[in-house]
Amino acid sequence: MLERICKANKLMDKACQTLGRDINVMEVCGTHTVSIFRSGIRSTLPKHLKLLSGPGCPVCVTDQGYIDLAIELAQRDDCILATYGDMIRVPGSDGSLETKNKNNVKVVLSAEDAIDLAKENPGKTVVFIAVGFETTTPATAVVVKEAAQAGLENFCVLCAHKLVLPAMEVLLSEKNDKIDAFLCPGHVSVIIGSKAYEPIAAKYRKPCVVAGFEPMQIIEGLAEICRQICEGQAEVNSIYDVAVTPQGNTIAQRIISDCFEVTDGWWRGIGKIPQSTLKLKSQYSKFDAYERFGLTEKPAEDKTGCRCGEVLCGLIEPFDCAMFGNKCTPQTPIGPCMVSSEGACAAWYKYGRKRKTS
Amino acid sequence: MCLAIPARIVELEGDKAVVDAMGNRFKAKTTLLENAKIGDLVLVHAGFAISKVEEEDARKTWNLIEELDSFQETDKKISG
Ligand code: SF4
Repeated sequence: MLERICKANKLMDKACQTLGRDINVMEVCGTHTVSIFRSGIRSTLPKHLKLLSGPGCPVCVTDQGYIDLAIELAQRDDCILATYGDMIRVPGSDGSLETKNKNNVKVVLSAEDAIDLAKENPGKTVVFIAVGFETTTPATAVVVKEAAQAGLENFCVLCAHKLVLPAMEVLLSEKNDKIDAFLCPGHVSVIIGSKAYEPIAAKYRKPCVVAGFEPMQIIEGLAEICRQICEGQAEVNSIYDVAVTPQGNTIAQRIISDCFEVTDGWWRGIGKIPQSTLKLKSQYSKFDAYERFGLTEKPAEDKTGCRCGEVLCGLIEPFDCAMFGNKCTPQTPIGPCMVSSEGACAAWYKYGRKRKTS
Repeated sequence: MCLAIPARIVELEGDKAVVDAMGNRFKAKTTLLENAKIGDLVLVHAGFAISKVEEEDARKTWNLIEELDSFQETDKKISG
């Protein structure tokens, strides 16, 4: 293993020398962010190799307006909200699901649990809070199909599933020339396949390397990025072949496209991203909470001064936010990047504060 | 949130499986996989197996999850 680390470090050093400036690699996925902090990888990297945390934490990019709608539904006596545990502490404009009507909110570990809840509570409508990227989306698609087949009337989905690729593209196309390459998410890529990144690599000439979440994968992923930079390449490469194929999970892709269509969507801190969010197709509109309750998602204005948007575009580091570590801590989070354990602010708070001052 | 957990299929009926991850057993569905069999190691996310994996990768990810769990300090996450 030591040999592999040395080899990786040599490649990184060489790339930094070749470029003669900082190399900025964005790790798109929140799970990478946490693993990088946890394993202390940052401290082993050459000074000029910088890691930026990206928008791949679903909790962090879910718009306040969406949380507000969920909170609104949780106030209704005829509804039960079924949500993944990650979402309950995320602040909307006024409070979170945890602080507002906790009794109508049930934490589920799988989308199937939401269906079971609906069956157990025929007098209530179970609204499933469907957030997450491509890893999580197939589960929602399967249960919507199941609900349709079973004629389950008291079940619907408040869908805010997001697509990783359009967000990566926005980061590159908007006044942000900071990013040199992407470390692409392991388990999202299991679904979409490594080929999915090819248009980005080709169009923007940025290396895109898929890596698993354990430290050696991350180090070798960074080394592969550096190798490409040295050689002037910008390609897609996966070093996580045990789980990721070029095509991805085609059964999952088919189920997703059966149920959902792509539409514009709001991302917290980033704004509207065209063709970035999923919406249930019209044949499943019965299960669409927006239709059932006549809701429209309005982007909420963030008045807290939280700078999560800039953090997850790689424009600033968490400690550049004046509230970091004083007003805003994991115990008193102001923005979602501090709520989610995968958020860049929470990870920096827990593991990075020492580095900041060094 | 996008971390899937490796687990071994220990029971399987149609697409309904019981899987075992680090000694914890839970339900998962194999709807998204072709030819899932008892004994297969799979990555499970939000109650669904999304791909098969190999022993070595599973072991590494289990180690990682143990470490991350101490980081995340809550058992209510979708990611385990
Ligand atoms: S430190 Fe808190 S307020 Fe500042 S950007 Fe991060 S989450 Fe937002």
